[in-house]
Amino acid sequence: MNKQLFNSSKEIRQDKLGRLLVYSALTVVLVLACAMLYFIFSKGIATFTQDHINFWDFLTRSNWNTDNLQKPDLGAWALMVTSAETTLLAVLVTTPLALVIAIYIVVMSPKIGGRIVQPLTELLLGIPSVVYGFVGLTVLIPVLRRWAGGTGFGVLAAALVLALMILPTITSLAVEALNGVPQSYQTFAYSLGCTKWQVIVHVLLKISAPNLLVAVIFGVARAFGEALAVQMVIGNTVQLPLGLFTPAATLTSKLTTDMGNTIDGTLASNALWSLALLLLVMSLIFNLLAKLVLRRSQSRESISR
Amino acid sequence: MMGKRSAFLTGLTVIAAAVTLTACGGQSGSKTATSGKALSGKVTAVGSTALQPLVEQAAKDFQAKNPNVTVNVQGGGSGTGLSQVAQGAVDIGNSDIFAESKPGVATDKITEHKVAVIGFAPVVNPDTKVKKLTMVQLQNIFAGKVTNWKQVGGKNEKIVLVNRATGSGTRATFDDNVMKGKKSVKSQEQDSSGAVQKIVGSTPGAISYLAFSYLTKNLQAVAIDGVTPTTANVLNNKWKIWSYEHMYTQKKANKVATAFIKFMNSDHVQGELVKKLGYISIKDMQVVKDAKGNVTNK
Repeated sequence: MNKQLFNSSKEIRQDKLGRLLVYSALTVVLVLACAMLYFIFSKGIATFTQDHINFWDFLTRSNWNTDNLQKPDLGAWALMVTSAETTLLAVLVTTPLALVIAIYIVVMSPKIGGRIVQPLTELLLGIPSVVYGFVGLTVLIPVLRRWAGGTGFGVLAAALVLALMILPTITSLAVEALNGVPQSYQTFAYSLGCTKWQVIVHVLLKISAPNLLVAVIFGVARAFGEALAVQMVIGNTVQLPLGLFTPAATLTSKLTTDMGNTIDGTLASNALWSLALLLLVMSLIFNLLAKLVLRRSQSRESISR
Repeated sequence: MMGKRSAFLTGLTVIAAAVTLTACGGQSGSKTATSGKALSGKVTAVGSTALQPLVEQAAKDFQAKNPNVTVNVQGGGSGTGLSQVAQGAVDIGNSDIFAESKPGVATDKITEHKVAVIGFAPVVNPDTKVKKLTMVQLQNIFAGKVTNWKQVGGKNEKIVLVNRATGSGTRATFDDNVMKGKKSVKSQEQDSSGAVQKIVGSTPGAISYLAFSYLTKNLQAVAIDGVTPTTANVLNNKWKIWSYEHMYTQKKANKVATAFIKFMNSDHVQGELVKKLGYISIKDMQVVKDAKGNVTNK
């Protein structure tokens, strides 16, 4: 009798086990995240603390010469500019396209859109990046070469491949954003005699604008971080991308190209870790930006209510 | 509440740091055990992608002979191979280059074994109409002094340089044997022989360099100073652009690794596999090259 009272019941034990599982999973994730951060940070700053590369030089110079150990000439400026340029171009190409597709799916024809167009765009999401790169290399590059001369490799090729890659990301987030606008708003606007165009522009797009911006930011983040596909079509030359057909290199493509050829602990390897650190900082900024946009729109919404 | 949470977080960070530190410091040795006469255990070989096909095939045959042995072969590049074996993380590091020529490798901790020779040839897109060059012309092309094919007897077409990534074994071999200290002009860099093969084959005016085993019909291999890039010319060093394929083991290599290296030098591998896969046998070479590039007769 006594025993039964003091022993915890099955439900309580279940509860404890569940809590244990949740906390251990949480611990694993946190430990991993901290370990990653610590690792990238400690290795990334070795370029400056151990190899005495000037941090300012690293940010502003555009050469990548780690062979000459007495006088290394190392700078990530060209890489950062190329990363920004390809990403920007890709987003400029994709955003209008993704918006149109999203509007079609949500407003124009939810039936065909939801059953055919949306699954199709989501299919693009599942294609591995190496396939995008391969298609770029075998289909896009020869077309660009015939059209513009030169080798075809370069910033434009990379931007176009990226544009295709981020299309599903932006589209599906944009669909979600548009679906987030309460149906009653639309009905209300229609009842006032608005045309479809007016509803789309003045109700749907206006209200979901912050969420659409978040969709674009996630597209930017994906384009910025993509390595393999870009590396296959950009031509991998560390130089400022002055033209659309200049072969160049991005932060990520430089990382994949050189990774296997460096020795741990040497300048060449440390410099790559510094690039990884730069990338980490950039993606953190993108994430914060997305959070900030969302929070501001939410606070505005609560005020207007 | 807040204090408890931050204490929890600090604790986690400490654990994370400890985990990473031990992971760095620890030497993950291989699980090797020799029970009785039969060889058994596990060997991991990592590194050069140029050597990978040969090691993979040899590993298959070696495992067929020793059923209790597992040989794990991975790519990753010569740099990865050298640093991993020097750190004791793997048993064998495959490399296209001498460990001495790569700064930062603890050469005192590893032993070198040469297992094959690879010849490299400059390749051009056939539409350039160039079939032979002199060594000086080749240098000038990669140094950016010659920029049009008509300057070296080809068609009026811009030269498109395609290099391998700095630090790759193929690039090092080319720099050592062709550029000889001269600086290569800024150009495209590709990280694999397969990509180079594809790009040179499809881009008008392109030039690069490839291992003999990658030469195909849609590429024009270039003769230098009247010598054609053939295996026979590599054997007596008439063709200068070649390098050894190395397998580095730790100074105190375990039994299985030692046995596998021995197998790599057996007649089966050197006599059959090496030739079948497009490499040149170490035993056929009439000359010896040292880490500084000096060649002497055997």
